[in-house]
Amino acid sequence: MLLYLLRRILYTLPIAIGVSMVCFALIHLAPGDPLSAVIPEGASPEVIAELKAAYGFDQPLPIQYFNWIWRAVQGDFGMSIMTRRPVLSEVGPAVVNTMILAVAAVTLGFGFGVGLGIAAGYTAGSVIDRIVTAISVSGVSVPHYWLGMVLIVIFAVNLGVLPAMGMGAQGSATFALDWVSLRHLILPAIAMSVIPAGIIARSVRGTVIEVLKQDYVQTLHAKGLPGRRVFVHVVKNAAPTVLAIMGLQLAQLLGGSILVETVFSWPGTGFLLNTAIFTRDLPILQGTILVLSMFFVAINLMVDLLQSVLDPRIKRA
Amino acid sequence: MRPRWKTVTAAAVLALLAHSSGATAQEKVLRVAMTAADVPLTTGQPSQGGEGLRFMGVTVYDGLVNWDLSSYEKAAVLKPGLAESWSVSDSDKTVWTFKLRRGVKFHDGSDFNADSVVWNFDKLMKRDSPQFDQAQSIQGSQYYGTIASWRKIDDFTVEIKTKKPDSVLPYNLANLYFSSSANWEKLGKDWNKVAFSPAGTGPWMLKTLVPRERAELVKNPNYWDPKRIPKSDRLVLLPMPDANTRVAALLSGQIDWVEAPPPDAIPRLKSQGMQIVTNQYPHIWPYQISYLEDSPFRDIRVRKAANLAIDREGMVKLLGGLATPAKGMITKGHPWFGKPTFDLRYDPKEAMRLLAEAGYSPSKPAKIKVIISPAGSGQMQPLPMNEFVKENFRDVGIDMEFEVMDWEALRGRRRAGAWAPENKGMHGVNNSWAFWDPDIGLLKTAASFEPVPTGFNWGRYSDPKADDLVTRAKLAFDPEEQNKLLAELHTHIVDQAMWIWMVHDLNPRAMSPKVKGFVQAQSWVQDLTPVEMQ
Repeated sequence: MLLYLLRRILYTLPIAIGVSMVCFALIHLAPGDPLSAVIPEGASPEVIAELKAAYGFDQPLPIQYFNWIWRAVQGDFGMSIMTRRPVLSEVGPAVVNTMILAVAAVTLGFGFGVGLGIAAGYTAGSVIDRIVTAISVSGVSVPHYWLGMVLIVIFAVNLGVLPAMGMGAQGSATFALDWVSLRHLILPAIAMSVIPAGIIARSVRGTVIEVLKQDYVQTLHAKGLPGRRVFVHVVKNAAPTVLAIMGLQLAQLLGGSILVETVFSWPGTGFLLNTAIFTRDLPILQGTILVLSMFFVAINLMVDLLQSVLDPRIKRA
Repeated sequence: MRPRWKTVTAAAVLALLAHSSGATAQEKVLRVAMTAADVPLTTGQPSQGGEGLRFMGVTVYDGLVNWDLSSYEKAAVLKPGLAESWSVSDSDKTVWTFKLRRGVKFHDGSDFNADSVVWNFDKLMKRDSPQFDQAQSIQGSQYYGTIASWRKIDDFTVEIKTKKPDSVLPYNLANLYFSSSANWEKLGKDWNKVAFSPAGTGPWMLKTLVPRERAELVKNPNYWDPKRIPKSDRLVLLPMPDANTRVAALLSGQIDWVEAPPPDAIPRLKSQGMQIVTNQYPHIWPYQISYLEDSPFRDIRVRKAANLAIDREGMVKLLGGLATPAKGMITKGHPWFGKPTFDLRYDPKEAMRLLAEAGYSPSKPAKIKVIISPAGSGQMQPLPMNEFVKENFRDVGIDMEFEVMDWEALRGRRRAGAWAPENKGMHGVNNSWAFWDPDIGLLKTAASFEPVPTGFNWGRYSDPKADDLVTRAKLAFDPEEQNKLLAELHTHIVDQAMWIWMVHDLNPRAMSPKVKGFVQAQSWVQDLTPVEMQ
C-alpha cells in the first residue's frame, strides 16, 4: 500500500510537468501581449522593454518556461502582472473561497443525487424513475451560469431575499459560518450543484439497478433479511462507483466554475482565472492552473485509496 | 414580578433596536460597482486606465493641477490643485515654476511641501532612488514623458523643466499624484505594504483593501479644500466586471451605484425607479485608419464617403439612445470643436458619388479590413455596432471584412502601428478613443512626427498643415490661444476626414434613487465628494 502511495505520488510529477507545459504553450499561443493590460497609452519602447525584462518576457520561450518551473519548484510562482502581488498570495485565498463553494455544492449535489438515484434505482421503470431521470437529464443539460442568472433574478432582484453577489457583507475577509455569510453561499452553491446532482443521480440509479440484480441480493432477500438491511448492502456495494464519480465532480468544482463565480462575483479560482485571462495575467494563469491540476491529481488519488478501503476487492498494489 | 420583567425586556430590546438603527443612520455609505476586475493600484499612480484615475486617483490623491468637475454643462477644465499657481519662463519656455499650496497634510499627518514633490517625481522617474516604484512609474509614464528635470527652489516652490517647450504640461500634471514619503518610511519602505495603507492628500482615505474584492475609503475631514470634504462617510468600491452582475446587485439593493450598465438593462432599471445618469464626455468610437500604400483610405474621397455612409442616428437607436452621433473627433460644443465644413451626416447618395469618382461602386467595391474586438473599455457594443457599419458600407460600395480579436490583443495591434508586419493588410482599427487632454485627443494623433507607440498616429497620417498646427499648439502657453489652435486643428482633420468617426458614448451610470448630489462632469474622472445617500 505504502509503495503504491509512493508510486502514485511519483506519477504526479510527470502530470504536473505535462500540465504546466501545455498550459504554458497554450497561453503563449494566444494572440496578444501579456503586458498589454498594464502598458499605458503612449509608453515608450524603453518602458516596455524594461517591463518585459522585469517579468523575464524578453527571454526565449523555453528559457522562460524553465525559469518559471525552476522557481515554482522552490515555491515561487512569480508575481501577478496586474497587481504585482505574489501569485501564491492571490491563488491561496481564491482556492479557499472556491473550496467553500465546492464543498457546499458537492454536499448539495451529492445529497440530491444519491437520494434521487436510489429512489429511481429501486423503482426502475416506474413514474418516479422517469421523473428522476428527467430531472437528472435537465440537471446535466442546463447551463449553470444561466441557472445562476435566473436564480439571481428570482431570489435577489424580484423577491429580495438573498444577495445577488459577493461572499459576505464585507467580502471573503469576513466570511464565517453565520447566516449573514451563508446567505451569500446559497444561490451559487445551488447553481453549481445541478450538474453533479444530475450526474450522480444517473450513475447511482444505474449502479443500484445493477446491484439489485446481483445474486447475493436475492439471497439476502431469500434468507429473510429485512429490506432495511438489504438496502445497507446495496448502498455499500454501489458506493465505490459513486465515490469515484463524486471525486471527479469535487475536483472539477474545485477548479471553480469560471462562469458561475463570475456571475456571482465569488472571489474564487474561477473568478481569478477569468480576470487573468482577460488581462493576460500569465503568472496568475500559470500558477492557478498548476495549483488546480495538483488538486485534481490529489483528489483522484484520495478517491482511489478510499475505494480500495471500501471495497477490498479493488487491489492497489 | 412577571409584568415588570416583561417591561424591562421590552425596554431593553427597544433600546437595542434604537441604538443599532441610530448607528446605521449615522454613517452614510456609498457603494459603487466598478467595471474593473480588480481594485486599481492604491499606492499613488493607479492602474486600470480611466476607471483607476476616477476611483483611486482623484479620490485618495491630488495632482499639482486638479480637474474642475463641478459642471454638467461645460467640458471639465483644469484648476489649481496642490499647486496654487504656475508660470513658464519667458526665455525658452521649458522652465516651469509651481507655487505650492501651504498647510496641506497627507492622511498620515505629514506635511506636503516641495520635498514631497521632488520625492514623488524621484519615485516615478529616478530609477536609482530608494523609493523608485516600477509599478507606479509605468502607470505614470504616459504623463511624465515630457518632464526632463525637477528641483526644489524653496519649501513651497518647485521648478520643472520639460524636454521641449510643451504647453500641455498642466494637463499631464493633473494625472500625477503625490503619496506620503513618511508613510512609506513607516511601512518599512515597502510599496506592497503601502498598498494596504496608503496616504495621499485627497478627500478620501483608504481604510480597507481586500485585493480583487473591495476597497473601503472614508472621508478625510481635514481635506484642504473645505468645499470638497465628502458628504458621505464611507465609499465602498467593488470590482464587478460582469455587467449583469452589477445590474442585479443594484436591483437587489446590495450596491447603490453601477458604472456602465448594459443598454438592454436600462428599461428594467428605470422601471425599478433607478436613476440613469448620462452626459457627454471626451470619448469617440472611431475607425483609426491606415494611410499606407495598400489602403483605399489614402484617397480623401473614400474617407469622406465612408464617413457619409454611416447612419449614426440608427446606431444611436441601436444603442438605446446612450450615444450621440459624432460630428468629428471632439463633441460639438467643446472648446476644441472648431468649425469644420465637412458635415458628418448620413448621405449614402453623396457617398456613392464620391466612391464612383474614386473608381468604386457596389459591383466593384473598395475592399477594406478592420481590426475589431468583441468587448473592451470604451468599446461599447462593438459587435452589433460593427455589423451595422458593415451594412452601411456595403450599401454604398465599401466591402469591409473584420479581424476579430480580444481587447488586449487589439490594443497591442494598435500600439504596433499599421506598418507592423502583424498588421499587414489591415486598413483600420476600431479602438475607442479619449480626448481628455490635447495630446491624446488631437496633437499626438494628427502629427506625422508622433507615431505609435509613443505617439498615437497609428496609420501614418501625414499632413503638413496638421503638423504646423500641432507645433504651434504645443507652443501656445495661453490656454485661450491653445484652445483656438486646437479648434483649428480639429476643423482641419475633420475636413480631411482623418478618421472615420461614428458616435460618442454618453457614459451611462445607474444609481439608486437614494443617491443625491452627483453632478456627472464631462470627463473621465468624476467627483464623488458631493454625493450623499438619503
